[in-house]
Amino acid sequence: MRKLLFENLIRLPLTEPPPPPSDAAMEELAAGIGAASRRRLGRSLSIRAVDAGSCNGCEMEMHALSNAFYDIERFGIRFVASPRHADVLLVTGPVTKNMQEALERTYNATPAPKWVVALGGCARDGGCFAGSYAVIGGVSMVVPVDLHIPGCPPSPTDILRGLLALLEHVNEGGRAS
Amino acid sequence: MPTLSDILKKGRSVPHHAPWPRAVVDAAVWTAAASTLPEGRLTLLDLWGEASAVHMALLDEPAGTTAVLSLEGLAGGGYPSVAQLHPPALRLERALRDLTRLEPRDLPDRRPWLDHGRWDLRRPLGERGIALPGVGPYAFLPAEGDGLHQIPVGPVHAGIIEPGHFRFTANGETVVRLEERLGYVHKGIEALMAGADLIRGAQLAGRTSGDSTVAYAYAFSQAVEAALGLVVPIRAVWLRALMAELERLANHLGDIGAICNDAAFPLMLAHCGVLRERVLRAADAAFGHRLMRDRIVPGGVTSDLNGDGAGGLRSLLAEIRRRFPALIELYDNTASLQDRTVGTGRLGAALAREYGAGGYVGRASGRAFDVRQVLRYPPYDSLVFDVPVLNDGDVNARVWIRIREIEQSLLLIEQIIDRLPMGPIFSGIPSVGERREGMALIEGFRGDILVWLRIAPGGGIERCHLRDPSWFQWPLLEAAIEGNIVADFPLCNKSFNCSYSGHDL
Repeated sequence: MRKLLFENLIRLPLTEPPPPPSDAAMEELAAGIGAASRRRLGRSLSIRAVDAGSCNGCEMEMHALSNAFYDIERFGIRFVASPRHADVLLVTGPVTKNMQEALERTYNATPAPKWVVALGGCARDGGCFAGSYAVIGGVSMVVPVDLHIPGCPPSPTDILRGLLALLEHVNEGGRAS
Repeated sequence: MPTLSDILKKGRSVPHHAPWPRAVVDAAVWTAAASTLPEGRLTLLDLWGEASAVHMALLDEPAGTTAVLSLEGLAGGGYPSVAQLHPPALRLERALRDLTRLEPRDLPDRRPWLDHGRWDLRRPLGERGIALPGVGPYAFLPAEGDGLHQIPVGPVHAGIIEPGHFRFTANGETVVRLEERLGYVHKGIEALMAGADLIRGAQLAGRTSGDSTVAYAYAFSQAVEAALGLVVPIRAVWLRALMAELERLANHLGDIGAICNDAAFPLMLAHCGVLRERVLRAADAAFGHRLMRDRIVPGGVTSDLNGDGAGGLRSLLAEIRRRFPALIELYDNTASLQDRTVGTGRLGAALAREYGAGGYVGRASGRAFDVRQVLRYPPYDSLVFDVPVLNDGDVNARVWIRIREIEQSLLLIEQIIDRLPMGPIFSGIPSVGERREGMALIEGFRGDILVWLRIAPGGGIERCHLRDPSWFQWPLLEAAIEGNIVADFPLCNKSFNCSYSGHDL
């Protein structure tokens, strides 16, 4: 183990420079949240992932955000284990009927101020599962959504750009006293 | 002990079912076949229903063949349950009962499985009915004794994981019983398939379980091609296997890292995560999508491998070969990690065989079954590879199977790039103007994925059924965790890494 750790000290880091925040996301956020309701959280966001019916593709790419190339924690963004600790719910999937109540309860368990990000094409409008007897549709049918990040699944860079836009938006105006 | 062909002779063979036979049998032959399953010559591959028919896919491993037995023209009376004779069929029959109107007679467990009482209708694949009002509580199985307590977990879990509910009954730290409750991500894929065209069908199949998008699209396309008697260009056949091996490589690397992380050893996760990312980037460069989604379609593949893509894959192989051995050594020589994985979550060989467990779950418990080797579908019939098998059945063995399979996948990818035939990658879908049935069995990273479908004379899908390997692995997780401590559950669960979405459909 020592050899491996030592090698890592002398290897160049794999972490890549951050992508610019997504313009589309900035626009959606500016339109969606009024300045009055904006609260400032400092430069950090705690995210609770909720799979509300996804095929698991979006989760794969969400996991990738933590690898050395994207290293999401350097931006102050981290995944937390409980909605009680979260500022953001990152919701994937077409919301299935069997997950509706669990999603609502997770949302209600998240303290305000909170944001909901709908991740992937299915989370926007149900994607290719829309119209099924077992599917409600997009996330906004169940809880209010602040930002959509499209893709099937969105690449880690796309997810990062959307979350960086959210971080920038949340922090507009500096730190709250 | 009857062979599969002995049983088939007692039924009426159905025309236009390919590549393996399907026979309509009577209830007596059905029950006789089900009662031979515990003897072990035949393995239950699948069980599914339609409005008035049930089908059972069986594998005769010594003979290297499979077949489907069907009961047709069933009315309200139902059919004789398979699960009463062979427990691995239990959840399949509970699901079948939820989705069709058919009643498995003498089913030992009549609780609903996929239907949580929240859909607008009942029996979506049978004679549809209006939903019953209200959601009743789900009766978990009892565990009785002094000092027992229950721990409910989920459906929303602590990590970035799919939803499902686990009900633990524990005595202190020791798990006495685990009962799973699944179905939360049921999307009604099979009902969406009915009436869809083949393009939409491939899209839905590729979204059944996101981590196996290649394997599902592969199985769906192969089933369509079997039904229509369509011969796929040879280059496409090889490119499919290339994508399947890249998918296996990426998932195994991710799993090994995640298992070690669940044993509080994130160093392995960091390093395996880097290698996994390199696989996904090479796949993106070669085929235009990190997970290679929608790249396999009936008739061939949609994106070709050019010189740059092949070069990228070669340097990927070199990079993994350079880095991976040190990680294997790290895994094997870290006592604190071995202390967590060795002897934990042991699954016995008898259960693995009875349930026909596929993938690393079966192969870590002595069941040497791999579709690529047993049925030898092309191009695997002309490739050289080993199927690693271990007998310990613990978390450690499931890690080692993955390590060995990564090495095999590297060899396979190399052979495929070296010998990739030239030529077209797609051929058009012919219109056959009659009803056809097809079936395919493909080895995904998790195990064997089965797709069965019937194509209508007009070319659309009449019925398509997809069976994830997890159907036979989830119940075994309940057995493997028994007697372990609650804190080892994430470790055991990750070493199984069953699919929720693939199971719930």
